Amino acid sequence: MTAPATHESLPQRSRLSLPAFIDGSLLTLVAGAVILWFAPVGMGRYGTYVLSLWLVMSVAVMGLNLTLGYAGLKSLAQAAFMGLGAYATAILTTKYGVSWYAAFALSGLLTFAVGLVLGFPALRVKAHYLAFVTLAFSTLIWLIMRNEQWLTGGVFGIANINRPEFFGIKLFGALEFHRFVVVVTFILAVLLWWMIRSPWGRAFTALRENPIRAASLGVDTRTYTLLAFAIGSAYAGFAGALYAPLVEFIDPSPFSLSQSFFLLLMVVAGGSGYLLGPFIGALLGVVLPEWLRFAGSLYLIIFATIVMLLLIACPQGVSGLLERGWAKVSGKAGARS
Amino acid sequence: MTQVLEVTNLHKAFGGIKAVNGVSFTVNEGEILGIIGPNGCGKSTLFNCILGQLEPTEGSVRLDGRDVTNLRPSELNRRGVSRTFQLLQVFPELSVRENLILAGQEHEGSMLSRFFGARDAGLSGKADQMISFFKLGHLIDEKAGGLSYGQQKLLDAAMAFMAGPRLVLLDEPAGGVNLTMLGDLKERLRAINAEQGATFVVIEHNMDFVMSLCSRVIVLAEGKVLAEGTPAEVRANPAVIEAYLGH
Repeated sequence: MTAPATHESLPQRSRLSLPAFIDGSLLTLVAGAVILWFAPVGMGRYGTYVLSLWLVMSVAVMGLNLTLGYAGLKSLAQAAFMGLGAYATAILTTKYGVSWYAAFALSGLLTFAVGLVLGFPALRVKAHYLAFVTLAFSTLIWLIMRNEQWLTGGVFGIANINRPEFFGIKLFGALEFHRFVVVVTFILAVLLWWMIRSPWGRAFTALRENPIRAASLGVDTRTYTLLAFAIGSAYAGFAGALYAPLVEFIDPSPFSLSQSFFLLLMVVAGGSGYLLGPFIGALLGVVLPEWLRFAGSLYLIIFATIVMLLLIACPQGVSGLLERGWAKVSGKAGARS
Repeated sequence: MTQVLEVTNLHKAFGGIKAVNGVSFTVNEGEILGIIGPNGCGKSTLFNCILGQLEPTEGSVRLDGRDVTNLRPSELNRRGVSRTFQLLQVFPELSVRENLILAGQEHEGSMLSRFFGARDAGLSGKADQMISFFKLGHLIDEKAGGLSYGQQKLLDAAMAFMAGPRLVLLDEPAGGVNLTMLGDLKERLRAINAEQGATFVVIEHNMDFVMSLCSRVIVLAEGKVLAEGTPAEVRANPAVIEAYLGH
């Protein structure tokens, strides 16, 4: 059946001089990558490290934003997946001499596969019940990382994780590796941007807003649920694969359950379901505590207060706040014109 | 006449309550069948069993002669069965156009082509036509959540037709809709039925709407078929008058 012909006129769509697929989000990503390429100049090793860490965490938060923010599936296992990626990369590169690039791909594949399996409970349980399933998984992975010393080094972790080379260019320095992280993060962010703006993104949103109606419209909610979990987990795996050579040493502590909560906080504070939300959330989670170090032992109290006030003022996070502000400004502009 | 849908001896029990109790009926191609009955008589449960949202306790559902009992709703939709719900079921965060594109996109290409292909899955033109047909053209880029109740009902109905279904099950399409919009909705449904030969099953409490739209009516009471016939026959049936229309 096709829609019957109509003679009613439709509103004309606006015409842009840029190609149709280029939008504000993509331009922001490009501009951000350029700025971050040059940002560490004169910052020193530690400042550069913090910037790189921010981007690495942004990748993990991007994955959780897909799972939670777009598809509406509550997961408390993102740090565990990041740990899986980090350990897979560390073990493959230090014990088996695998190149970082292959280890990066394998880490993504491993976490994709494990995420796919963990997605199955999401077909049966929702909301906080699902969160508890992922919480149990998170605890299990953390225990393996801590107790299986023969594989993971236990609490002593794995040291001497080398940074990769890029076409013969050594990335051992903080600035070089930071620029490498910028490129990888940019590629992953553009991939996610493409996915979100594709029909997949629309299906993920439908899954979050009304899975029963989505299914009645032909959306295979089972496949999309599993994909949202698997792709979100793979992003955590990629983040872990970047984290291991960034820190050059890993142990189980950064991948505990509390870190999963912290990643969740970054999604919510940055703006759940907004493409650029993860960067803002990770900025709050990684860089803001560094800026607050002047406050000494009070910094955590100040940080927690800022986050609470932010979420009270704007439950949609900083991205939601910015969107509201932009709507207000553009509305006023429209009224003036 | 070709049978599109065949429901045979369908039962659905919730514990000791028999919500649907041995319902059988057929729907012919191009027909508009109405299902009426008092609140709690099992109409929506019947729809949910037919459409795979609930697993029937007993009985079968056949679509074009093929058994589709317990088929998942998404699979059933891809086989040409569409529906609306009793309560509003649009996607409030998506625009009107995006709602309609979503309603058709899973029928276009494969998963991979939907990932790599056009953002609108090539459906913008069809969505625009459908929007205009349901007189929502001026709201094309509005978020669905910002529409009035009646407009959302029209959008909900438009979404059900977006993928070109063979059979559409409408669950109380007139509920909460004002008289003007009700007229629009009836006119649109009649037009689609006449021009495209679309087959409908309509659950509705609004008797004028059902009697003026449907060619045949089934009356349910306590999970069973109480009566069946043309609107005039149903109106004149003493059992129906006692169970439903007379109250």
